[in-house]
Amino acid sequence: MTSNATNPMATTCYPPAASGLTYNPYAPRNVWNRAMNLLAALFATIAVLPLVVVTLYVLYKGGGAITPAIFTELPPAPGLSEPMGMGNAIIGTAMVTGGAALVAIPVGVGGGIYLAEVARKGWFAQSIRFGVNVLAGVPSIICGLFIYALVVNTRILWGESFSALAGSLALAVLMLPTIVKTTDEGLKLVPQELRMGALGIGASRFVTITRVVLPAAVSPIATGVVLGIARAAGETAPLIFTALFSPFWPDWASGWGLLAPTATLSVQIYNFGIMPFEPQVQLAWAASFILVVMILAANLLARWLAHFSAS
Amino acid sequence: MTPSIADAIISCDNVTVNYGAFAAVRNIFLDIPRHKVTAFIGPSGCGKSTVLRCFNRMNDLIESFSMKGKVLFHGQDLYGPRVDPVEVRRRIGMVFQKPNPFPKTIYENIAFGARINGFKGDMDELVETSLRRAAVWDECKDKLQESGLSLSGGQQQRLCIARAIAVEPEVILMDEPCSALDPISTLKVEETLHALKKNFTIVIVTHNMQQAVRVSDMTAFYNAVDMEGSDGMVGYLAEYNETREIFNNPKSKDTEEYVTGRFG
Repeated sequence: MTSNATNPMATTCYPPAASGLTYNPYAPRNVWNRAMNLLAALFATIAVLPLVVVTLYVLYKGGGAITPAIFTELPPAPGLSEPMGMGNAIIGTAMVTGGAALVAIPVGVGGGIYLAEVARKGWFAQSIRFGVNVLAGVPSIICGLFIYALVVNTRILWGESFSALAGSLALAVLMLPTIVKTTDEGLKLVPQELRMGALGIGASRFVTITRVVLPAAVSPIATGVVLGIARAAGETAPLIFTALFSPFWPDWASGWGLLAPTATLSVQIYNFGIMPFEPQVQLAWAASFILVVMILAANLLARWLAHFSAS
Repeated sequence: MTPSIADAIISCDNVTVNYGAFAAVRNIFLDIPRHKVTAFIGPSGCGKSTVLRCFNRMNDLIESFSMKGKVLFHGQDLYGPRVDPVEVRRRIGMVFQKPNPFPKTIYENIAFGARINGFKGDMDELVETSLRRAAVWDECKDKLQESGLSLSGGQQQRLCIARAIAVEPEVILMDEPCSALDPISTLKVEETLHALKKNFTIVIVTHNMQQAVRVSDMTAFYNAVDMEGSDGMVGYLAEYNETREIFNNPKSKDTEEYVTGRFG
């Protein structure tokens, strides 16, 4: 038997195993490791801190105004403190965002289907993809200005100027890129074999896409749609130029309320937050809280949809 | 070299396929007999699958694909200007290398194809017969409403065969249907093929020569050679004959070396 020291083949002399394998908490690399882990955890906490703080602060400031009346009453006239509600803004946000979704979902999903299933890689598809990416980066106020010039200023919608419908169109422009992109990406994830299988039993392209490919991609698409809606629901700038604001209930006589200026939560925050009256300021905080909760709920829904697909 | 086949259902008349500038196979003359199993064997890259996919216009999905020559189905040119590829694929079904059931229930997997082809009869009965003919009924009769993806690989592949049968095509093309399966599932699929021969014409691409011997009546051996003026290997049909002739009494030396396992 030769020991390590005398074995000419051995290049390293290992210390006895008993002390060599134990974890040394003071070794520089271990200290460094722990310090970096701590630092990374700290940054991660800082990254989610705003969400927690914003939600809590908004709740603290507006919590007093959050009563059932908030959903059923109108805001008080300036100088008064009764009634304390913003039902009109909640309905308005639902109307404007819902209208935007009704416009953006068919166009966005249809466009995504065209990109992923029909055009695929041609120069035309690539330029549309590029255009969609640019549109995603366009500041929201410019979308508002665009609809203002196109729809509001020209009174093209049945002679009306500011209206919920114009607000919907502005938000639809904002939602479009998200919906197109997620549809495109979601469809690309569907394995080619599935399309071949459908075509192989004599399905037409239309049937293949609508009955096999789209159902297989429904949850990424739904996730994208929900995120797009959530993003648009909180927008203020495009609505200032389009849906404007109203201290009253929607004017149901005017195109089911769609053709009259309409209050929304985000514009209400903007208008009331800077008023010199305490009730209005409190309502602005309450509106902020409801908006944050709505967006949080939409994101949770999107996560649930994504999870639903994975299982 | 090519045997005379009286009752050909598909004929290749000087078929040459290119993918862009790259030539895949050239000058194929081939008659596929009706109600028989024809096996395509040969080393990788010799164009077996390419020729197979020409039979139901699956190659249309590949953008760079171009074909010269004619593929005749009952004497009708499949690539004629007025031919609808969807109609072709209803008459000539396909089973793929990787099992690809739709993410629907087992029942829907079968019913889907029949329904889009305008099937009006008793759907429950069609589902049962199709699954029985594909020898997978016993394994999934109690879970027809579960996802097709819940089955094992071999069961999925037989489900795909059942799906193809349900449309009642005349020809079923199979592109290495057992390459992703274990030996026992393979054996079951092969038994299925034997049963299907009575009603369908089957063309099967396989890398497994024992499988070709077990299931096929006719065997086409493809090979690839370096061709002048082309980058890479170009496939061609080296020998086509009855299966026992190919394996026991091959005419060409390449065939003999391939079937005895000396190359490929």
